[in-house]
Amino acid sequence: MARDSQAARVALNRFGFGARGGASGDLINAASDPRGFVKAELARPSGVLLEAPGLQSTPQLGQAVFAYQDQVKQAREAAKAAGSTEAPAQAPADQKPALRRNLSLNAAATEVAGQMADAKPADSAAKPEMQPNMAAPQPAKPAPQPLNVIQKTFRAEALARLQRATLAECGFTERLVVFWSNHFCISASKGELARIWAGAFEREAIRPHVLGRFADMLKAVEQHPAMLFFLDNQQSLGPDSRAGQNRKRGLNENLAREIMELHTLGVGGGYTQDDVTSLARIITGWTFAGRQGQLGAPGSFVFNTNAHQPGPQMLLGKTYEPTGLAQGEAALADIARHPSTANFIATKFVRHFVADDPPPALVARLRDVFVKTDGDLKALATALVDSDDAWKASLTKMRSPYDFLVASGRLLARVPEDPGAYLNSLNLLGQPLWSPAGPNGFPDTSAAWAVPEGMKLRLDIAAQMGARLGNNIDPLDLLEFAAADAASIDTRRTVERAESRQQALALLLMSPEMQRR
Amino acid sequence: MIDCVENRLLTSRRGLLLGGASFAAWAYLPKFARAADGRDPRLVVVILRGALDGLATVAPIGDPDYAGLHGSIALTADGAHPAIMLDSFFALHPAMPEFARMYRDKHAAVVHAVATPYRDRSHFDGQDVLESGYAGPGRVQSGWLNRALEALPRGERVSSGLAVGPTTPLVLRGNAPTVGWAPVALPQADDDTAMRLVDLYRHRDPALASALSQGLQLEKAASGDDMKRKPGNAVTQMRQVARGAAKLMAADDGPRIAALAFDGWDTHANEGGPVGRLAFLLGGLDGALAEFETGLGDRWRDAVVVVATEFGRTARINGTDGTDHGTGTIALLAGGAVKGGRVIADWPGLKLANLHEGRDLKPTTDLRSVIKGVLQGQFGLSDRVLAETVFPDSAAAKPMKGLVA
Repeated sequence: MARDSQAARVALNRFGFGARGGASGDLINAASDPRGFVKAELARPSGVLLEAPGLQSTPQLGQAVFAYQDQVKQAREAAKAAGSTEAPAQAPADQKPALRRNLSLNAAATEVAGQMADAKPADSAAKPEMQPNMAAPQPAKPAPQPLNVIQKTFRAEALARLQRATLAECGFTERLVVFWSNHFCISASKGELARIWAGAFEREAIRPHVLGRFADMLKAVEQHPAMLFFLDNQQSLGPDSRAGQNRKRGLNENLAREIMELHTLGVGGGYTQDDVTSLARIITGWTFAGRQGQLGAPGSFVFNTNAHQPGPQMLLGKTYEPTGLAQGEAALADIARHPSTANFIATKFVRHFVADDPPPALVARLRDVFVKTDGDLKALATALVDSDDAWKASLTKMRSPYDFLVASGRLLARVPEDPGAYLNSLNLLGQPLWSPAGPNGFPDTSAAWAVPEGMKLRLDIAAQMGARLGNNIDPLDLLEFAAADAASIDTRRTVERAESRQQALALLLMSPEMQRR
Repeated sequence: MIDCVENRLLTSRRGLLLGGASFAAWAYLPKFARAADGRDPRLVVVILRGALDGLATVAPIGDPDYAGLHGSIALTADGAHPAIMLDSFFALHPAMPEFARMYRDKHAAVVHAVATPYRDRSHFDGQDVLESGYAGPGRVQSGWLNRALEALPRGERVSSGLAVGPTTPLVLRGNAPTVGWAPVALPQADDDTAMRLVDLYRHRDPALASALSQGLQLEKAASGDDMKRKPGNAVTQMRQVARGAAKLMAADDGPRIAALAFDGWDTHANEGGPVGRLAFLLGGLDGALAEFETGLGDRWRDAVVVVATEFGRTARINGTDGTDHGTGTIALLAGGAVKGGRVIADWPGLKLANLHEGRDLKPTTDLRSVIKGVLQGQFGLSDRVLAETVFPDSAAAKPMKGLVA
């Protein structure tokens, strides 16, 4: 039997998150039936959902933030009342807002690579104890500040996502989650609510629809409190609504514009400034209940009639009657079905999976599937896997920092127990988790990531991983797991001839086989 | 022992926690830098991402419609935080005293009602046009500043060591090699590992070979003492980036041409007037300009800093005390080489009929003319190179004369 290692590499790297090391046998399994290996995950839609003990719903998390903010305020007022003007405002001890840790340089670096090294080997899940740290002596660290509820939640959400990505068989559905989450991104840096909600947003608005319908995902996203907060819609009032008249505030078109520009139609997708303003009016009143809970459970999506712009609205040539919440839902349903949306989504999808310059024929094919199935995302993913183009194109895409770290963790068969190393490395490499610089998300082209600065930093991180883990692994085994006979002779030779196992591991992690997908 | 380790790391790699800011520079000296006239010009391009509200930064207080349009956030000449009058018509935001001083000393100027040729309102396309220098949006991989560098005679390679930042702004991306900074320091991979990897890439992946080699060359000895990571908010980060950049640029063999980007100007809600969010950011920008002045020392005399943004914001505030995406805005020039002390504007007026599409300050000056004027004044680039190579198809936007003293 001819083992098709190259097709297996496409299955695992283009569609998935890279081969797992250890006893997974991923590359061999993928080689025997590459398409079937990828599609197996599509047959298990419930596997996309992420439920882990301790992960809470958006309203629960919103309420936790409100309670936390109240505590901070009370502590501040108590300190003031006590007349101790010098006492810093503090929340109760266990929830004190942590200052940004000012780590010394080597402490920061040790943390980045060290936590990765300290992660639990995947095949020793029964042994929870940390591995002894045999590397350079740790510098004395200041006692860490206790994390507040927002930081704790963010880290727990990050950890759940990283563990899922590390353990997934192929990782195709996890890659789909990351793709859609970046398409409909929010940024945790917007504020405390965005930070605590970042993971819940992905679990609640993205994951349930990754193998469902685009229109359902669109509605779930635009009605999610995290998105309404991120793009200011909770502040937007219909100028002629009761609230708008009373408070003399009005429209904010931020969310409406990004819905059309970034989420659906795309720039040049056939909408005008008037359409932006119209959609902004249509979705006035889409908000979330605040801490007082006047409109509903605090932190839950609500439609506030008092803030909604009354009257019919003309959008993209169609009139939407004043039907309250249903007016916006009807508008979104139509936008989801717009031909520009199909084109925009198909293009982005192919760019992510196949090539920076997406092959037009494949884009056209996926666009047609999107249109014919009324935005069935499972059909879209299936059509991609079924196409020959997606298998023939060479693996030229540069791995994003997140891809690089997850693929490395998988190959090293280390399931993270603490997200710190990943989060720090992502910050360093310019892709802070759930925190893109703007609502267009992180870039998805090689030009953005194959840059001098980034490559040097990747090498430094890979060298650290090599230094910490090189003792315990055989780099040639890892090369076998990652690429087998599809590895280039140059890479094989470079790994073989390294002066140490540590160096060999660093070079393997940096090889084109691990950097490209 | 720990101190020793730290010191070694500090001298071998310096980084900076940039957050929403980044810095990159040209890797070569222009050949004319030591030319006979003794001038040694420097140019810094500061990109403000998110669209700066020009009407809130340099307010046309003399325009009868301004106060009504900018409403609750309008600047005034009196009150607790009076704007700083630049002339009888325009007033500067009170968060910018350093720029005001440079203006009084005739080393700073404002160009108002300016815009790139882009007339839609997408940040990302707008930034692409601003930085690529092309007349419209599209996927291009080089910026106008990089193409301007390519047109200059290349001198010696810059030998100042710089660690490298995670991204280079598009304006400086392209064929001319550039250098930058890392946001934070890591222990370095050793040279041997690095060289082996470069060798592997040369055989298998030339693009990565080129990227990594460039990254590695910047690792050589660095200088300066306050580039290590410090905690801080966006404002102190702006100052830190400027301070570090100025220090590098002040060196005899330091880069002459650099670009920075500051994020966070997209003030849709609660923009604030004389105090508030925008005021906070403008304070950071003002501080950054002052850092350049201080850090460049004697070199400031021949320096120009250009501050530009992708487009302006609506003339009328929106329903949430902010402004939405607009068109016309300002560009700021600062530096000893600037023929300053003036607001350059063909003022279109703020009457409804005069607003672009009834909502935005109408642009009457092409930003490319301003930048061309600076490039010509500083580096002597010809009209033709500017119109064909640096800003393709831009012959109609003539270089503005007399910006550089």
